[in-house]
Amino acid sequence: MIAVSPDPIDLGALVAAVGDPAHGAICTFLGTTRLTSPGDERPVAALDYEAYTTMALADFHAIADEARARFGPLAIAIVHRTGRVELGEASVGVAVGAPHRVAAFDACEFAIDTLKARAPIWKREQYADGATAWIANTPGGTA
Amino acid sequence: MRVRVLAFARLRELLGFGERDLELAPRATLDDAWRELTAGVPEAVRLHGSTRFARNGVLSDGGTALGEGDEIALLPPVGGG
Repeated sequence: MIAVSPDPIDLGALVAAVGDPAHGAICTFLGTTRLTSPGDERPVAALDYEAYTTMALADFHAIADEARARFGPLAIAIVHRTGRVELGEASVGVAVGAPHRVAAFDACEFAIDTLKARAPIWKREQYADGATAWIANTPGGTA
Repeated sequence: MRVRVLAFARLRELLGFGERDLELAPRATLDDAWRELTAGVPEAVRLHGSTRFARNGVLSDGGTALGEGDEIALLPPVGGG
């Protein structure tokens, strides 16, 4: 499952998408929207995501291929939301099924790190006072 | 020749369009398109160093020559996740 969509992320559907009787591990990651950004005390009232959807979908497929080249046979699901995402909701989800857990953990981390570094998706924070700001990911950062 | 231009996030706001057609001279490059699109928008011009370009969905250097019907995209620093 590879998707860019305004729909809420269904973790159960992600897990089901990577299920395989040949596998012994499924690792999942959900990125959820947070009340504040690092270095900015203003509380966030809402977040909006914008995507270059066709390129993002191609990139998700490429990330899955790169993960398989690095970590072996895997089933990978990557989904990202667009539009308004309420605080505490998941904006991105990754699930990786693998024969063993080490590959599942490693590939899951690789997929979310790579997505954050390069996928053509943008996030705008809206604050309680009505101001807005586009928030870029920092290279190698934790934001 | 005519190309389709997509602008995202901060650049979409500064340039005032998310999608438009652009007429360019034959053999024009991505840099030529950028100059044309950002003329008179100094705030956008200043973002050149942090902007990446895509041509038909593939990241491409500013010197890349364009062709009739290409889809080009102006990509500010990403913030997905």
